[in-house]
Amino acid sequence: MPQNEYIEEAIKRYGRRFNHEERMRKREARSVHKNSATAQKLHGLKAKLHNKKRHTEKIEMKKTIKAHEEKNAKTTAPQEPQAGAVPAYLLDRSSQNNAKVLSNMIKQKRKEKAGKWNVPLPKVRGIAEDEMFKVLKTGKRQTKQWKRMVTKVTFVGDGFTRKPPKYERFIRPMGLRFKRANVTHPELGATFTLPMIGVKKNPSSPLYTQLGVITKGTIIEVNVSELGLVTTGGKVVWGKYAQVTNNPENDGCINSVLLV
Amino acid sequence: MTTAASPASPAPAAPARTVLAQFRSKDGEPTGPPLQLPVTTTAKELALVLNQLLANDEPLPYTFTVDDDEILTSIDHDVLTKQQKSTEATLIIEYTPQAVFRVRAVTRCGATMTGHADAVLSVHFAPDSRTVASGSGDATVRVWDLDTATPKATLKAHTNWVLCVAWSPDGNTIASGGMDGLVCLWDARSVKGTATKPLAVLKGHRDAVTCLAWEPMHANAACSRLASGSRDGTVRIWDTKSRTTEFALAQHTKAITCVKWGGEGLIYTASRDCSIKTWSANDGKLVRTLAGHGHWVNTMALSSETLLRTGPYDHVSAGKKWSNATEAAEVARERYRTGHKGAERLVSGSDDFTLFLWTPSASKQATTRMTGHQALVNHVTFSPSGARIASASFDKSIKVWDGFTGKFLFGLRGHVGAVYQCVFSADERLLMSASKDSTCKVWDLRTKKLKGDLPGHADEVYAVDWAPDGERACSGSKDRSLKLWRQ
Repeated sequence: MPQNEYIEEAIKRYGRRFNHEERMRKREARSVHKNSATAQKLHGLKAKLHNKKRHTEKIEMKKTIKAHEEKNAKTTAPQEPQAGAVPAYLLDRSSQNNAKVLSNMIKQKRKEKAGKWNVPLPKVRGIAEDEMFKVLKTGKRQTKQWKRMVTKVTFVGDGFTRKPPKYERFIRPMGLRFKRANVTHPELGATFTLPMIGVKKNPSSPLYTQLGVITKGTIIEVNVSELGLVTTGGKVVWGKYAQVTNNPENDGCINSVLLV
Repeated sequence: MTTAASPASPAPAAPARTVLAQFRSKDGEPTGPPLQLPVTTTAKELALVLNQLLANDEPLPYTFTVDDDEILTSIDHDVLTKQQKSTEATLIIEYTPQAVFRVRAVTRCGATMTGHADAVLSVHFAPDSRTVASGSGDATVRVWDLDTATPKATLKAHTNWVLCVAWSPDGNTIASGGMDGLVCLWDARSVKGTATKPLAVLKGHRDAVTCLAWEPMHANAACSRLASGSRDGTVRIWDTKSRTTEFALAQHTKAITCVKWGGEGLIYTASRDCSIKTWSANDGKLVRTLAGHGHWVNTMALSSETLLRTGPYDHVSAGKKWSNATEAAEVARERYRTGHKGAERLVSGSDDFTLFLWTPSASKQATTRMTGHQALVNHVTFSPSGARIASASFDKSIKVWDGFTGKFLFGLRGHVGAVYQCVFSADERLLMSASKDSTCKVWDLRTKKLKGDLPGHADEVYAVDWAPDGERACSGSKDRSLKLWRQ
């Protein structure tokens, strides 16, 4: 076994012998005789292995020869009528057969169940609790630590009233509450500020979804009645989903992409 | 006009309101003088009055419409209140004769006929309604006896799917066209068992034969000419006696989807090259090209189709025999003359979701373009008298249009899958449709609602046909069975 490729290098540099092709051709022609000689001389286990290998080779060869012969022969034997009979009006029309439809339906259902949607940002960094919440110490001796303050941007909705301060565990500071989002339409390229309707899903945790926390990758629902979209049935679309694409707590605004 | 059959006049307090009415026939001719009728006159009373005016021997049934709105209950209810017409102006009441006989709705499955080894692709009743022939994907044609619902004969000659079967108008011959490009002719009177040999195997087409059309009996008493359209783009006119091609119509560039032999000596061919061509039946010369569709023309129907298909037989003469072919041809001619007035009309349905109504003998411009379907139109059919058109479409609905003007009348929704074929009953009161969702449905055209559901097939229903005498209907399905439906 050569170490490194000095043989190939030499071939590349200096080329091959002048009679290389001729020699190779003759060697191949002689190989038939050579194989026959070795097959006759071999004995014992080696012979058995060789014969087995040769047997499979011969079968393959015979099959390919037969296939070639069939291709050349022109037969007019009456064939069986093919399966999949269709009436004349369905000829040349590709109709999705039922199996395909069913398997598509099942795949769709599975996707919905798994919650995997086609979104611009499929994977987002999960946010740990110690990054999301700041622990607030309360009580006379400042020893109670059950209150948490949210450090990220939240959306609370119109009819939001705080729970009595004695009982509220999660505090959403007013400074971090946002009502409008900048929504970009992916195809048109235009961006609009649209009022938000709610937080649909925060990918990090359902707790964050319930609180209304908005981080990168969150799906929010925005009011698109300003855009004047109409469905094929003639109804006016007033809410659509969008996915947040920036870190709102760093930028001070919510930038998102509309999911069409 | 208060003498004839008016009910006990209501409204004792207010004076009975009357309205001036003028009867008018469908062709626009006024019948009788303008009459003063009370507004509560019902349709039955109008019929009585009209029968008296026309001096009919037997009271015939009529439908009355004012401005295309049918009078179902009374003038007051249907016309004055619904349309808000005043009693001052003269009401023009148009009347159309209804078929004298009434077909009862087919509501139950009389029999399921199995035997085919592959999907049933086409079904055709004999003109005398005694037998039905079905072509299938297993390359056989089966002729079924309707009284016992058993196969009379299995006809084997094709080597690939049998796409279309057609009975000759005199009921003597069955023609079948297949995927192998052969047209086989069988003697319908003497088929028996499984070893029947075809009368003739007509070779010539290079690709699948998709449609067949016999020459009408009144033009040819011996029913010896047949037109076959194929996927290779040609239509061949065969002479069945000599088993040769008389001539071939080869101007279409793509597959022929439909061939119809009209009653006026014209052959109509529809093709996937988006055009319809009319040819002279005597010499095969191209007469007109009807262009207008934007996509494949799938289907065509002639206003005289039922008359041509049944030849001399009508709904009462189911078992009749004539002494010779010329006598039968005379009867057929008489039937055609009285049954079909005016120029022949042609309606075509296409993949571009529209239908066109043509009067091919008059002009090459379409009379009307009928839009409204939301998917391709697969099958169109005229009612037996030519007064209505029904179109079945892949958008799961059937639409009914006026047969003379092409105006949209109403739509029928109910299927949950593409509707493949639709057929009128012999008296035009009922419509039957076959669909991909494996059901057939019977619709009542008076109430414009579903009359009955005919479930039972296990797979898509490919073909449906109603017997010309109205007794039975037959549907063929992908589940290899035919079902006979009766009331």
